[in-house]
Amino acid sequence: MSRTSRMFLGFVVGFVAGAVLLTVMRALVGLSPLAAIPALSAGFTPFFNALAPLLSAGLLLGAVGLMLGLDPALGLARGLVGMAIGFVLGILLTHFVRLGLGLGWDAESAWVGGASLAPIGFLLGVGALSDWLKWTRGMHTPEQHGPPAGRPAWTRYFGFDQNHKVIGVQYTVTGILIMGVGGTLAMIFRTELAAVGRQFLSPDAFNTYISLHGIIMIASILLGIGGLANYLVPLMLGASDMAFPRLNGFAFWLTVPSAILIIMAIFFGGWDTGWTGYAPLSVRGPIGINFFMIGMFYFGFSSILGSLNLIVTTLKMRAPGMNLFRMPIFVWAILSTSLIQLTATQFIGLSFLMVVLERNLQMGFFNPAEGGNVILFQHLFWFYSHPAVYIFILPGLGIISELLPVFSRKPLFGYKWIALSSMAIALMGFLVWGHHMFAAGIEDALRVPFMYSTMLVAVPTGVKFFSWLGTVWRGKLFFPTPMLFVLAAIAVFLIGGLTGPPLATISTDLHLHDSYFVVGHFHATMFGGFVFPFFAALYFWFPKITGRMYNERLGQIHWALQTVGFYTMSLTMARAGLLGMRRRIVDYDPALGVEGMQLIVTIAGYIIFLGVLIGVYNLWISAKRGQVAAINPWGSRSPEWQIPSPIPEHNYAEPFEVVGDPYDYGLPGSVYVNMSPSRGAAASTPAH
Amino acid sequence: MTAEAHTPPAGGISPAKRLQMNRLGLWLFLLSETFLFGGILAARFYLWGATRPHLDQILGLSVTAMLLVSSFFINRAEVAIKHDDRIEFLRSTGITILLGLLFLVGVVGLEWRTAPVNPATGGEFGIYGDVLFFMTGMHAFHVLTGVILLGVVAYLGYKGHFHARNFYGVEAAAIYWHFVDLVWVFFYPALYLMGVAVGPGH
Repeated sequence: MSRTSRMFLGFVVGFVAGAVLLTVMRALVGLSPLAAIPALSAGFTPFFNALAPLLSAGLLLGAVGLMLGLDPALGLARGLVGMAIGFVLGILLTHFVRLGLGLGWDAESAWVGGASLAPIGFLLGVGALSDWLKWTRGMHTPEQHGPPAGRPAWTRYFGFDQNHKVIGVQYTVTGILIMGVGGTLAMIFRTELAAVGRQFLSPDAFNTYISLHGIIMIASILLGIGGLANYLVPLMLGASDMAFPRLNGFAFWLTVPSAILIIMAIFFGGWDTGWTGYAPLSVRGPIGINFFMIGMFYFGFSSILGSLNLIVTTLKMRAPGMNLFRMPIFVWAILSTSLIQLTATQFIGLSFLMVVLERNLQMGFFNPAEGGNVILFQHLFWFYSHPAVYIFILPGLGIISELLPVFSRKPLFGYKWIALSSMAIALMGFLVWGHHMFAAGIEDALRVPFMYSTMLVAVPTGVKFFSWLGTVWRGKLFFPTPMLFVLAAIAVFLIGGLTGPPLATISTDLHLHDSYFVVGHFHATMFGGFVFPFFAALYFWFPKITGRMYNERLGQIHWALQTVGFYTMSLTMARAGLLGMRRRIVDYDPALGVEGMQLIVTIAGYIIFLGVLIGVYNLWISAKRGQVAAINPWGSRSPEWQIPSPIPEHNYAEPFEVVGDPYDYGLPGSVYVNMSPSRGAAASTPAH
Repeated sequence: MTAEAHTPPAGGISPAKRLQMNRLGLWLFLLSETFLFGGILAARFYLWGATRPHLDQILGLSVTAMLLVSSFFINRAEVAIKHDDRIEFLRSTGITILLGLLFLVGVVGLEWRTAPVNPATGGEFGIYGDVLFFMTGMHAFHVLTGVILLGVVAYLGYKGHFHARNFYGVEAAAIYWHFVDLVWVFFYPALYLMGVAVGPGH
């Protein structure tokens, strides 16, 4: 049988198995089995709502079958099998412990036990723990280099690999895939919202989709950042790899079972709290909430280990001559981001763990009837989740600062200020979480200090804007796709920045809280701070990663659609919010007069979606058939552009030496790195 | 992490540099853990305020003493292996593991069963029970991890893997153990000493 037919067969078998399994699982948790899917003639709403989880389960297991058909020896395929075994073992273990305590079968505890062990099964299956387990028996394991022995090179991307470039690609591709899932969910509920009245989504399905959209996009952003950081930081520092290559692979493979768990929530009644999972609603909601929270718990573990790795790499593995203030600005951004991620992530894990305990062990942390306090959840949750938005935007702002000088042929304006402003935003991020709770009934004495600390964040952010303006001022600008995305990022982030202070001010926030204004603001910061810079970075480093050039025309179309679509969407959302449109509701009052705006937002959303699809198609097709790219098409001074594309396994043939400042574009005679210090001062600065 | 020192230098990283990086990585991990336990402490003060449940003071003091003494012995083990004294290393590590297990028995085996907040003994569950079980449970989980790590280190030491020039595995396990001990130094007063004792007593 050919590989294609095996893959097809695997998919079909997996799809059927998923549908059957889902029916059994739903019967076990006491939901109605899906045996009866209503006929389409009975209306689209019940048909769609019954079909959606079935389709998702089928697609999920279908993907497993596809992987097994592709190559059963792939790490990913083995990991998925391990995950299923971990699930079963966890369910059995929980049940036997309950039997030992004299308790009977409990569906929720059983699934929680299964979900807790499943990622460990996945990691054992994929091989992320093999070396460490050997160490406990005193065995010696060399670091692994190159593709697995006797197997084609592409297989290393589907298994446990220790090379930072492979892991960077794994992170990025997973991030884009997950972004596709989150974007599709958004298109579904935006279609529902396009007109007044209920179109085809039940309120439960709507709640689940907006919640999933939120958390999946957050996961996707964290994966995208992981991809950029893992690929670029060792290259920019002149290291051959990250400080802890095994830990690096481990951290990536932890994200895959976590993402699967989060998506699995859809099969267990979904969850209706939004991505924030506020108690007490999360304590009372369907079983799916456990999957979301356990998934995020493991995802957070991965974030912590990944950032630990990046900090050690940055502090200990810099090339000779590269002191902290000669590091590329992107590395500064990643360093600040990693410091937040390393520490604050514990708090979201803690808050979610407490909810899972409250649900399953009848604890009462957030239950006033037992002496608990609901506000405690919000404090713990936002102590991570506000700094988290700086985790999302700092790398993107770093990309903007990194690319602007290249395309302006001028030094970066105020390098030290930019570097330290990232650090300042990171530290201030810890002091502002209360501004999410102005309307929640927190202590009055806390509100005003939180308002002022929030306003203060505008200062280091303003420093960045000044520096960007100073950098392009009287530069020799040129506008390939990455530069277009950088400029759009600045313009979009400005909208996010300007809509911030009205939300930070208590008096206006009480009006705007939980409205579409917040949604517009938040999406502007995420698009300006992450999505646009992320695509800028993808287009910019694409020729270095693949050795081929993307299609410039398709890149421009992607940029135009995304920029126009986004501006329309974000501003219209903010306007609807000012008129009183509440967020997170499936239907709205026609008397608000926002129906036309909702339609515009939906259409704008489609345009963005189309733009991103074209972008992904461009990258996919160009990686296979694009023109072979020059080694340094942008005339960058950064060391990774001075070596062949794609980059060799061990990066640099010889450690380079840093002899000047990174961004002295256009200064005659300036040199950043000496690529071969052993052969004297062969400068590597490109002409320009 | 235990056996990192067995790996040869890769990518031109000297053993000395590798050691520095391992140490930094470990300390960053502990910094991260500090936020976890800091969050738990914050939750305790948010929920209990200036009160606490009636707990067995003798038991609390005893388990605390065991953990503090165990830190002395793991330090002794670390010093011993740096002087190639394998017998003393094994003896001290063994005592540490024993004290750690006794601590677990004291907290999980005795305190959990006898505390007046346990509904099984007719106590009142409520927020006092929730926080007590959560704090001691999260800490006991880390003690258990430490015991397992020390078990691995003792086994590798018994097989002769550690000596005066290769002791990072022992050092890492010892630092982790000290950290878990240090956490208890903050948890003990928060649970047993601070605030006014309320609710059912002995």
